[in-house]
Amino acid sequence: MSSVETLPAQQSAAPPPPELVNDFSIQVATVNGSGSQTANIVLLRALFQMGIPVSAKNLFPSNIAGLPTWYTIRANKRGFIGRKKEIGVLVAMNPETAVEDVRNLESGAAVVYDAPLELNKLRSDLHFYPAPFDKLVTPVCPDAKLRRLVRNMIYDGILVHLLGIDLEEVRKALFKQFKKKVKAAELNWKAVEAGVEYARQSLPKIDPFRVERMNANGNKIIIEGNAAAALGCVFAGVTVVAWYPITPSSSLCETVIEYARRYRIDPETGKATFAIVQAEDELASIGMALGAGWAGARSMTSTAGPGISLMSEFVGLGYYSEIPTVIFDVQRVGPSTGLPTRTSQGDILSTAFLSHGDTKHPLLFPDSPEECFTMAGDAFDLAEQFQTPIFVMLDLDLGMNYWMAEPFTYPRKPLKRGKLLGAEELERMGGFARYKDVDGDGVGYRTLPGTPHPRAAYFTRGSGHNDQAGYSERPDDYVRNMDRLTRKFETTRSMLPRPVIDQNPEARVGLISVGTTHWALVESRDQLLQEFGIPTSYMRLRAFPFNQELTDFIRKHDRVYVVEQNRDAQLLDLMRLDVDAALHSRLRSVRYYGGLPIDARTVTDEIMQQEEL
Amino acid sequence: MSAVLTPPSPPKKTNRIGLDLVGYKGLKTTLCAGCGHNAISERIVEAFFEMGVAPWDVIKVSGIGCSSKSPAYFLSMSHGFNAVHGRMPSVATGAVLANRNLRALGVSGDGDTASIGIGQFVHLMRRNLPIIYIIENNGCYGLTKGQFSATADLGSKLKTGVVNDLPPIDTCALAVELGATFVARSFSGDKKQLGALLRAAISHRGTVMLDVISPCVTFNDHEGSTKSYSYMRDHEEPLHDIDFVPYFQDIEVEIDPGATRDVILHDGSHLRLKKLAEDYNPSNKMEALRVLDEAARSGEVVTGLLYLDTSREDFIQLLNLAEEPLAHLPESKTRPPESALLEIMEELR
Repeated sequence: MSSVETLPAQQSAAPPPPELVNDFSIQVATVNGSGSQTANIVLLRALFQMGIPVSAKNLFPSNIAGLPTWYTIRANKRGFIGRKKEIGVLVAMNPETAVEDVRNLESGAAVVYDAPLELNKLRSDLHFYPAPFDKLVTPVCPDAKLRRLVRNMIYDGILVHLLGIDLEEVRKALFKQFKKKVKAAELNWKAVEAGVEYARQSLPKIDPFRVERMNANGNKIIIEGNAAAALGCVFAGVTVVAWYPITPSSSLCETVIEYARRYRIDPETGKATFAIVQAEDELASIGMALGAGWAGARSMTSTAGPGISLMSEFVGLGYYSEIPTVIFDVQRVGPSTGLPTRTSQGDILSTAFLSHGDTKHPLLFPDSPEECFTMAGDAFDLAEQFQTPIFVMLDLDLGMNYWMAEPFTYPRKPLKRGKLLGAEELERMGGFARYKDVDGDGVGYRTLPGTPHPRAAYFTRGSGHNDQAGYSERPDDYVRNMDRLTRKFETTRSMLPRPVIDQNPEARVGLISVGTTHWALVESRDQLLQEFGIPTSYMRLRAFPFNQELTDFIRKHDRVYVVEQNRDAQLLDLMRLDVDAALHSRLRSVRYYGGLPIDARTVTDEIMQQEEL
Repeated sequence: MSAVLTPPSPPKKTNRIGLDLVGYKGLKTTLCAGCGHNAISERIVEAFFEMGVAPWDVIKVSGIGCSSKSPAYFLSMSHGFNAVHGRMPSVATGAVLANRNLRALGVSGDGDTASIGIGQFVHLMRRNLPIIYIIENNGCYGLTKGQFSATADLGSKLKTGVVNDLPPIDTCALAVELGATFVARSFSGDKKQLGALLRAAISHRGTVMLDVISPCVTFNDHEGSTKSYSYMRDHEEPLHDIDFVPYFQDIEVEIDPGATRDVILHDGSHLRLKKLAEDYNPSNKMEALRVLDEAARSGEVVTGLLYLDTSREDFIQLLNLAEEPLAHLPESKTRPPESALLEIMEELR
């Protein structure tokens, strides 16, 4: 081995850099379809099992095989798990991007690379670790066809040695990942060992990055937001699911299928207590969800921006004819097809007012797997209580990436099925008026099709109707109905998940975010305080329509930065519609819309720039 | 109506479940006088009355258009849903999945089905969802004043003299090919045939696709139209003479197997298809496509039961749904126990 000789000459002369323990990012640059995902998840899990807070961001192309992909794992002892721009350790496996990947690194980073790429010639301010992956994989994996897949496990082995990862945790993670495929696990394990052995013999440690066992992860789990939302649906008693595949939402309904098959087959009869249909398009999936909600099922669909656009007409019908259903929007970058595999919060405005005419819809904004789980349950309750479509707004970062999460709490409150009249009530009341505001909250009583009573039926329509659900084009009927719908929308304000507020009495600056932007903000607040001495208050909105707490929060601060991941400041625009105009001048906008998850440094830099104006 | 169709035992005014005919009626129609759709509504009222279907077990679903307005004009004790244009199939699918005990009656038009709704139509046919799907087919858009629809025949003329220069979509051929298990064509003016087919449709479990030529008296009932009353009177070619014997009625008349096919439906009712020009076998898909193709070439309109398959499982069976409607399942059945969540959490650790 000649690797040591190829290292830059000044390396030995420079003083050893200070150690960086449990505070850096590892980026693995590979080609998609090469099986690197397994190696990356094993790495993530091993660090997680060592009790170190971790996060993972998979930056992948809209493609199945052959294009570049980057997987970034961040370890942070303080628990900051938003994306970090600076990469500490690069694993350069992709010849197509290696040169640029190396050029982009900050000085002092470490690079593990495929030896023939000779990346060490590019820069002299990095720590290079060459490894002849092809040579190493051959004795490990006699079957040439499998080598391409197994080869990636070698870098796990190298990192084990370089970073001080607990080998036993890697083994545990690897066998967990392969589940019952023991033979495949053994083969991959041999590759890990080969990596460790090679690094031990040929790669003396020259970089500052190291991990150390901690005890920060307690009882936590690792899960993607889509899977968490899916579990939320299964445990909220969803009964009809209609969906159409679209990135980044597909895994949500696919996970519903997986868990429903396990836990929602009646053990006594062997029959399914759910129906799941892969529809022909999003028009059909929302149509089925509404048809099912109308007939009394807890129904749902999940989609992304293009699907939301297609659902627009039906959602207006759901709003106007007042049918419960739950729609998950796992947001990706638009407009149009946009960047299908990149994250965004770009559907906020269009979804809040989805469909023609005067329409508006409640939106829920989970920031974490825990909230994906709880808000899925909330959404079904709200949909049935308010007899209207409820949107749960995830994004690709939350939906498709792995996140640490506290184990989910079993929901104990009974399901809220809303105002329903059965045959007995109808008999007692002598009939009912479907759209009459009996209780003053804007929500009428409904009957389900199949209710065995001559007075149960009413006609559901997207055309003008009166209290009795009869067809009407009368101005007074129309206005009364629309005003009642407004009343109903107003009632939701106090029933939706409330914002989470961290009020700092010293702070003159307030920050507001929704969803995954939260993770950049908690870290940015720390930077603002530590680096610039600026204390901040923070409000994380969790639902639209907003409530009085938003106005109160703005009043308490001179300047309020609304941070979000879209170009047009959609969340801020939505606030402006709701908040007293006198407060508008206090609102400022921070936006990031490059398609990667927003990071703290970007937020801090932008806020400081505006603060110094 | 033939003697066979009239139930002999119960008193004339009420049906098997004690309801009178009025209980199956709807609001007064607002369609044009003489519209074929009104005749279809009347046949629907009679069929559901005579079969003794509880109206509250029925859902009436429709899209947008003149035909889609008609569910207001029958079965006022049934829940109705006037959905968006061309998308009734998805709404019906969701409702039937939510409550498998509902009897879905979908009413659509040729525009609502063959143009804007063709996507949902073809997928509904594939799934064999239990539903009666009626197309009230007049070859034009009535509600927007008479533009051609996709079922208008090649060479057919609008009142304004505009000639249709595109070939029609044959919804029956499509339905046969795609997997509907009961496919028929009829004419709104053929009271006996339409009545028998509707009763048979109620007895079938699976997708019934019933295309009914239903002339638009205002925009498409003139010389040069192929969907007019006079065209249908001259060109209707019934495949057979149809009698329907409901399962709750004793069969009185013996049939001559040489002259009549006896078909048993899911609920035990019988359809008796008396041979006319040829001995048509409705269990053969290729035969159905052949007669449709031949008729299209000669400008005739074949009517009757084109295709029937009582062996294929319906969508509810395919999905292995619980016997109790999903919408009515108690929380204990739809929310897995805490042990399940704990097990999942352990796996994710």
